[in-house]
Order: sequence, then C-alpha cells, then structure tokens
Amino acid sequence: MYRYDEFDRAFVHERVAEFRDQVGRRLSGELTEDQFKPLRLMNGVYLQLHAYMLRIAIPYGTLSSRQLRQLAAIARDHDRGYGHFTTRQNLQFNWIALKDVPDILEKLAAVEMHAIQTSGNCIRNVTADHFAGAAADEIADPRPYAEILRQWSSLHPEFTFLPRKFKIAVTGSPHDRAAIQTHDIGLQLTRDATGALGFVVYVGGGQGRTPMVARKIRDFLPERDLLAYCTAILRVYNLEGRRDNKYKARIKILVHESGEAAFREAVEAEFAALRDEALDLPTPERDRIATYFAPPPFAALPERSVVFERAIAADPDFARFASRNAHPHKVPGYAIVTVSLKPVGGPPGDATATQMEAVADIAAHYAFDEIRVSHEQNLVLPHVRRDDLPAVFAALRQAGLATPNAGLVTDIISCPGLDYCALATARSIPVAERISERFADLDRQHEIGDIKIKISGCINACGHHHVGHIGILGLERKGEEFYQITLGGSGDETCTIGEIVGPGFSSRRIVDAVETVIDTYLALRTSPRENFLAAYRRLGEAPFREALYAAAE
Amino acid sequence: MSKRSKTFAPVVATANDLATGTVVFRTPDGRWSADLATAEIATTPAEADALRLRADADVAADRVVDLALVPVVRDGAFVRPTALRELIRASGPTITLPTDAPRIGRAARPTP
Ligand code: HEM
Ligand code: SF4
Repeated sequence: MYRYDEFDRAFVHERVAEFRDQVGRRLSGELTEDQFKPLRLMNGVYLQLHAYMLRIAIPYGTLSSRQLRQLAAIARDHDRGYGHFTTRQNLQFNWIALKDVPDILEKLAAVEMHAIQTSGNCIRNVTADHFAGAAADEIADPRPYAEILRQWSSLHPEFTFLPRKFKIAVTGSPHDRAAIQTHDIGLQLTRDATGALGFVVYVGGGQGRTPMVARKIRDFLPERDLLAYCTAILRVYNLEGRRDNKYKARIKILVHESGEAAFREAVEAEFAALRDEALDLPTPERDRIATYFAPPPFAALPERSVVFERAIAADPDFARFASRNAHPHKVPGYAIVTVSLKPVGGPPGDATATQMEAVADIAAHYAFDEIRVSHEQNLVLPHVRRDDLPAVFAALRQAGLATPNAGLVTDIISCPGLDYCALATARSIPVAERISERFADLDRQHEIGDIKIKISGCINACGHHHVGHIGILGLERKGEEFYQITLGGSGDETCTIGEIVGPGFSSRRIVDAVETVIDTYLALRTSPRENFLAAYRRLGEAPFREALYAAAE
Repeated sequence: MSKRSKTFAPVVATANDLATGTVVFRTPDGRWSADLATAEIATTPAEADALRLRADADVAADRVVDLALVPVVRDGAFVRPTALRELIRASGPTITLPTDAPRIGRAARPTP
C-alpha cells in the first residue's frame, strides 16, 4: 500500500503543528469562532449536535492493520469507544473534544493518516471500489490512479476554493461498486481495441437536493492524460460554476445548465490547450506509484478448497455466511470477505474499538494485513485463502462481526441523522435498526435476496437514499418526523435516481411500509432469480404504490 | 425561536462548551452546565432578551459556541425542550451506543 515519502510526512506533521497552534489560540481567545471555524473545517473538525466530530480520510478505503489499530486506540482514548464508517470511505468520531484534536491528529500522522480535505469546497477524499486489486471482474487496480489523483489534488492551489465540494470516484471493474455515476467525476478503467488502458469519464453526478446521474463525456481517455483531463474539467468548473447560490454550485448544475455537448466541448478545448503543458502522467511515475499497490505474495493454490467445501457441508451457519459474505477473487484459491457492520438492531457502520482490533488481527493473520472500508459502510478483507474462510468466520463471529447479510435487506446504509447531525430533519439510525429487527429472520432475508435500502436524515442525501432500491428520506413536518419512500434507485453501472412513490409515512408506519413494498415484490417476482430491482424495473411503481396507499384511499 | 407573539414559550440558553463541545445550558448563576435541570428559564420576552445578552457575553468571552435560545416545556417535575432536535441534544442519541464495556453516562439513559 502507499507509504508516505519524506515530503508527505513533513507536510502532515507541519499541518498538525500548525493546527495545534490554532487550537491553542482559539482556546485562549486569541482567535474568534469566525476566524477559527474555517481552520478547523480544513482539518476535518465539525461541530455536531453533541460534540465536535472529527472526519478522517481513508484514501480509496484502504487500511493496514496498524492503521485500524490506531483508529481503535483513538476511539478508546478520545471518543466513546467506537467510530462510524461512512459512505465516503471516511471514519467519523462523534464525541471528540476540541482540545484533544491536535493529539489525535498526531496519532493519525504516526500511521500516515490525516483529516485534511474532508470538508470545504475542495477535492475530497478520492474513493474507489472496495474490492480493488482483488475483484474477479477487475480490468486493473483503480488505486494507483486514486493515489495519483489524491497527490495531485492535495492542497492544489488552484482547486482549494472551488464553487463547492468536489468528489471523485474510481473503479477498475465493469460492475460498479463505487457508485461512480453519483460523483462529480467518475472514472472507470477500461481497455481500448489495442488493449491500452484508459478511462471512461463521467461528470456531473451527485445526490443532495438535486440528484443527477453523471453524463459520460469520454468513452476512452488514455491513462497518461488523466491529470490533464481532470485539470481541464476542474478549470471549466472553477471558472464557470455558479458561486451565487450554494444549491446551484455543484458541477452537476453546470453540466445540466450548459448542456452535455457544450460542457464536453469546453472541457476538450481546455484539455487541448493543457496537453502541451506537460501535465501528462509519465509512465515511470505511474509505475512507481503502482508498485505500492503490487499484489501481495499470493500462493499458487488450486481453485477448489477441500477445507472450505467440508465446512460448507458441515456447518449451515458457515454456509450461509459464505453464500453472502464471500466473493470471487481474481486469484485461484482466494476469496474476498465482507465484514458486516450491520448487526440486527444496531447502527449501520459503527464499530467498537475492540471490533476494530479484532478485524486488524484477523487481517494481519489471514489477509496480508489489508482492510478495506466500503461505501456501503462495511469492512472488507480483500485477500483471504478459501482454506482459511472457516477460521476467519469463527474469528469474526467471536467479535460479533459475522452477520451473514452482505447485500441483503438488513445490510442498510444509513447516515447519522438527527441522533448526531446538526443538519438533520429526522432520525435515520433508529429506522435502520427497526427495519433490521423486522427482517431479522435469516431465512426470510435470504429468501428476499439482493436489495439495497438506503436512508438519509435530510435532503443532503449522505445516506445515498436517491440510489437505494428502496430509499428512505427523513423529513420534518410540524415538529414530527416523517419518511418519504423512493423506489427503483440504483448506484451501480445502471445508475438510476429512485422515484418518489407517494406521500410520506410517520415514524411509526415507515417499517410497515417497507415491509409492504417487499411483500409486494415477493408476490410479483417471476422467480427468486428476479431480484427486487429487476422486478421493479419490469413492473414500474404502480403495484407498489397501490399496495402502499390502497388502504388509505 | 423567541418570536414575539402572545404565545411566548419559555426558553433556555444552550450552546456547546468551547474546549470539549459538550452541550451546555446557562444557569442562573452564570455557569454553563450539562444538566438542563439546572438551566435558567426565561418566562417572558424581557427575560429572554436579558438571558440572550448574558449568554452573548459568554460567547464573546470564548466560553461557549453555537448559542441558541430554545423553547422548553414543563413535563411534570421536569423541563424538556419542545423540539426533538433539542431534546436529543439535551439527552443524547436515542439509540443504544455501540460499546464494549458496560454502558455509562448519558448514553445509558432511557430513550425519550
Ligand atoms: C457532519 C455531518 C455531515 C454534514 C454537515 C454533511 C453535509 C453534507 C451536505 C451539505 C451535503 C450536500 C451537498 C450538496 O448537495 O452540494 C452532503 C452530501 C453528501 N454527504 Fe454529507 N454531511 C455529513 C455527514 C456525512 C456522512 C456521515 C456521510 C457518509 C455516511 C456523508 C456523505 C455524503 C454523501 C455521499 C453526500 C452526497 C453526495 C454528493 O452529492 O455530494 N456525509 N453532506
Ligand atoms: S443526510 Fe442530512 S442528516 Fe444525514 S448526515 Fe447528511 S446532512 Fe446529516
């Protein structure tokens, strides 16, 4: 994985020292809150409902055991013993004291981590497929490119004060697990007819109050042009993006208002001019970065594992776990394991310090020391021998982390909502917890099959509700929480914004409503092989609307 | 918030402690306490204005940040904020917080 060089290390330490000084001056009253707020935000410190919140970047969702252990130590020493993994492959601590932040940043720097650019109108943490470097369907590992983008965008003087925040996601597989079409720039690795590597480039996706699916503006961008082309996109945006209205300032609005063709033309013109500025990505530099992401020393193993097959036959719990939480790996004899952070009745995405340590130990022992954070708020062990899957399952179970529900109805994405977030209009975590309790029965979950429920506590859509197969948006009316349901959204390569089915539901009725939607699907699907999204796309919203509102009419 | 109308609702001053971020309420003797039960309650618009002035001074003195006057209602022997958001600020998340050890402190309170 990527290691800081001298420059990175010196820089991060300087930033910690600088922020320590700024915090000191704030606490002594030398700086006013107005002066200090932008400084703390630049270092990932927000003020939430109950305390300060620290958002830590996990670049392209890749962590080592050492880093995860350090996060656990911080959770224990400075928070309430847990942390929240977010849809942007960040970790948020909810109970941080401002006076502790410099020490925390110091501890992060010691394991080559920081919280820079996790807030503000800059290029945020670059996200990537959480199966990167492991997925069986992968064309190439997206992380070297994510790292190149991270280095290029870190403190880029020209792009530090954009009209609004800017999010980039990269995937190396045709099946999009990184939701690239909901990002300001989405990049998909591909090969042209000659076999050369490059990117399909999407621009202008986003969620929030104006959800939009990104437009494809390039079918093939040679990899060496990556930085020049991204620079061109950002220049056009920086110059032409709206700064008069915060709600119209994202690049999606610019793409929408200027039209896809005109926008593409502007980018291509800028790109043509830039190409001569030696902004290309030299192959040696690309190769140097790629060496950090060289595959671990995989053993030559047979495709089939006898140990694994015996365990499947002997232990139905393990069989169930393997059927959902183990995924095909590109190397024979290996598998990818999803570590579910979605226990029944628990807050999605939270992990305690002890759980983080358990995962770190398991990764060190069985998975080449690597952990990934998925945008679906789970952890991933990317490289596990199939022979070791039973042992990994047992170890995860010990830590309360073997919930066999990856991709099922209880694998819910939820933002913090009104239990933590200062911007929320309603709670989201309790709704997620109640839904997972309602569907706790594993036989029923497995019978329902693939489905993605995503919940946000306000229209900012941090919980991706617009692209949930079932999306739930928490709102407020006359002091009461209520919940709007959208159906048919999807964040993968068939990216779609969900449709609002009708009036919202009270907090008391929302779980019943979700159950009604799912029962309707079960009654109408052609077979268990037709998953919820496929059935919805075939049927449209009418039968679901009818089932939800017939009783009321 | 403390809009002038015939139906003036009693308010308390709430903010976050500058150094720790803890949710705090202004007490009659000028302290900022994490316990809503000790808060000064302004029951008239004039009292609310006076409370606001004193609280503003504490903001200016860098003791607290993010000041607001929030309506409260009496609920038997207790006082609680009218709005759900403020109720959650005052009493903590309404969910069981994940934890390894036995639960302690605010998080252990029953959900409202
Ligand atoms: C401190 C709490 C948070 C604040 C103040 C906050 C604020 C916002 C705002 C204002 C937006 C709308 C941006 C726009 O439409 O231009 C947004 C979008 C988003 N946030 Fe958050 N957020 C918070 C927590 C989170 C968390 C916990 C996650 C991950 C679980 C997250 C992930 C996202 C995502 C994925 C989007 C939508 C993508 C986009 O269009 O930008 N945020 N957030
Ligand atoms: S969607 Fe709204 S409530 Fe949820 S984290 Fe984002 S800003 Fe907060």
